[in-house]
Amino acid sequence: MNENEVIIATIITISSIGILAAVILYWASQKFKVIEDPRIDEVDEALPAANCGGCGYAGCRNFAEACVKDGIDDLFCPVGGNETMQAVAKVLGLTASEKEREIAVVRCSGSPTHRPRTNAYDGAENCTIVASLYSGETGCQYGCLGLGECVEVCNFDAIHMNPITNLPEVTEDNCTGCNACVAICPKDIIELRPIGKKSRKIYVSCINEDKGGAAKKACAVACIGCSKCFKVCAFEAITMNNFLAYIDPNACKLCRKCVDVCPTGAIHELNFPPRKAKPATAGGTTAVKKAVAKKAEPKEGINLIETAKKAAEKKGTDSKEEKKDNDNKES
Amino acid sequence: MLKTFSKGGIHPPENKLTANKQIEMLALPKTVVVPVAQHIGAPAKIIVKRGDMVKAGQIIAESGGFISANIHSPVSGKVTKFDKIIDTSGYKKDTVIIEVEGDEWVDTIDKSDTLIKEISLSPEEIVKRVNDSGVVGLGGATFPSYVKLMVPKGKKADVLILNGVECEPYLTSDHRLMLEKGEEMLVGVKIIMKAINVNKAIIGIENNKKDAIEHLTTLCQGYDGITVVPLKVKYPQGGEKQLIKATINREIPSGALPIEVGAVVQNVGTAFAVYEAVQKNKPLFERVITITGKSLKNPSNFLVRVGTATSNLIEAAGGLPEDTGKIISGGPMMGKALLNDQSPVTKGTSGILIMPEVESQRRKMLPCIRCAKCVSVCPMGLEPFLLMTYSVKKEYEREEKERVMDCIECGSCSYVCPSDRPLLDYIRLGKSEIGKIIRSRKA
Repeated sequence: MNENEVIIATIITISSIGILAAVILYWASQKFKVIEDPRIDEVDEALPAANCGGCGYAGCRNFAEACVKDGIDDLFCPVGGNETMQAVAKVLGLTASEKEREIAVVRCSGSPTHRPRTNAYDGAENCTIVASLYSGETGCQYGCLGLGECVEVCNFDAIHMNPITNLPEVTEDNCTGCNACVAICPKDIIELRPIGKKSRKIYVSCINEDKGGAAKKACAVACIGCSKCFKVCAFEAITMNNFLAYIDPNACKLCRKCVDVCPTGAIHELNFPPRKAKPATAGGTTAVKKAVAKKAEPKEGINLIETAKKAAEKKGTDSKEEKKDNDNKES
Repeated sequence: MLKTFSKGGIHPPENKLTANKQIEMLALPKTVVVPVAQHIGAPAKIIVKRGDMVKAGQIIAESGGFISANIHSPVSGKVTKFDKIIDTSGYKKDTVIIEVEGDEWVDTIDKSDTLIKEISLSPEEIVKRVNDSGVVGLGGATFPSYVKLMVPKGKKADVLILNGVECEPYLTSDHRLMLEKGEEMLVGVKIIMKAINVNKAIIGIENNKKDAIEHLTTLCQGYDGITVVPLKVKYPQGGEKQLIKATINREIPSGALPIEVGAVVQNVGTAFAVYEAVQKNKPLFERVITITGKSLKNPSNFLVRVGTATSNLIEAAGGLPEDTGKIISGGPMMGKALLNDQSPVTKGTSGILIMPEVESQRRKMLPCIRCAKCVSVCPMGLEPFLLMTYSVKKEYEREEKERVMDCIECGSCSYVCPSDRPLLDYIRLGKSEIGKIIRSRKA
């Protein structure tokens, strides 16, 4: 065989294999064709593709399938919100029900100054592990453990540890209300609350169910169950249970009377304009007001978080020294 | 060649500081704080009222279910308060607080020291008496003993294994008990043998307790069917599965109980408690506790009433040393650090270990270097480094396939890890998460 013949033979062999394969593939694709509702693709297209699982499904594709199959009455994409749901409804020819956007709030304000440490933990740095071992480093068995598992699970960069308070803080603009942090928190201190008018919110930043004395001893800013807020509330938005107040966000009219009467500053207000000169009721509330005032201006708010992040990187060495100090105190 | 289990195991320094210290009676405290959940299973239900006068041995809380145990008053005195007290977990648990007045015992208890060899009760009566007396496994797991004495239908036990291994470093309470109450213990063994209908019993003792081996071997000549087996020193030989493998060379299948291979395992301390319950009618309200630590002035073995504050034991042993880092309830390998020295001792407290600060601190975690030391020491043949990775990555289904539920939490992997990785912490996380998955699958 000369060179040309070799080339021609090769071309013929390869091409015939190719044609044969094409025929088999075409036949297989026809034979095993999965008939899928084309609307699933369209719905999927309309979704945010965050695959966060906030809707309760494994990902956006599963959610799209569910929308097409079961209708959208009971389904909601917390990340996309009402806009996305309307787009989905348009594809499916249905009507979407409006739902208020929800945002995570952290119901614990036990910073090291308010909630002194009673012991030092030096095991694996993971909130769930600590919670399964014991109550935590402070006298409050309900409060934040401060190891930041909520930060790890957030897909939207919406929650960060504040290195000064050692508590997680939510960046409202980024929070999609996907529920990831709420689900992972072993202490159940994070709650999803409706964003509220002008994103103003009032909530009890404590979940301590101990009697007043014990709660106050463990943490200076704990809810002591004194019922003052319950009595002052004109809208029956506050309920008392196990020495703990809870404000129903749907009944709350944002009058802020409860914030004023709270003796420990456990009730927090978010995104309100700074108050006119009025004596502060407790140390806790003034601190909150300052933070709120800063948050009202978005630029400064972001700066706050960035500084927090930078400080968090430094934190490694600091916290260890602190631990040693604590151990020394114990012995 | 001495017998031992085949897979893995480690040799931590023994530090048995109190091996030659006789058991002493600890003076009665002014008040006792008796938790109602001192055992695995449902907490007991309180049946006394505030202001009631109780005698030692009187029942104050009734068993709250099948897996539960009665709680008896450890002292005589007045019930002053029901309070929630922080226990080893840091969470507040229900307790009965009794102010001590004198030391009057319930009349039915035989307070004499005379040995009663004759076993007059039938197997059913023995089980009932053990249950009524609130006896739980004293090795540390505190599983209600009477449940173990009822062999399930369709299963047959052919051997009773007594756990006198005490493989945890520092602890010597079982060792002292075998030396000082050997005879009573053997009668207890006989009682258990009668209850579960076996005629063979083996007492497994590690070879670092030569005096106990000798003492019991001599005593055993008077008791049919009981033999002492000296074992090679290796941690965690006191694990049920490891002990069965070491003594009778049978392997329990994954997820099964010892009865599957015809064995019942009881701690030697439990055998003594069974003797007291059955022959002396004395409920379980005191136990031997080792209080030890390198910087402690006077490490000792004490006979302590349940509900005594840990601080009382520390005072009796010479006070808290300056350099204390941790107070551990139990041994250094599997014990739990206490949150304060006011925690009461319970039926399951085998020792109190005062650890100096330099020894108690964990070092910083470094990356895994794939040395496989954890794999070679795991007594269950697991791969701890892999299990930890799965826990970190939340791949619980794959972790379950790697038999994580077989882990006995002995801590050998964390002990040998040259990178100080918290292997057991993450394995425990995996176990609890997978436990939830398994339960939801059943539901």
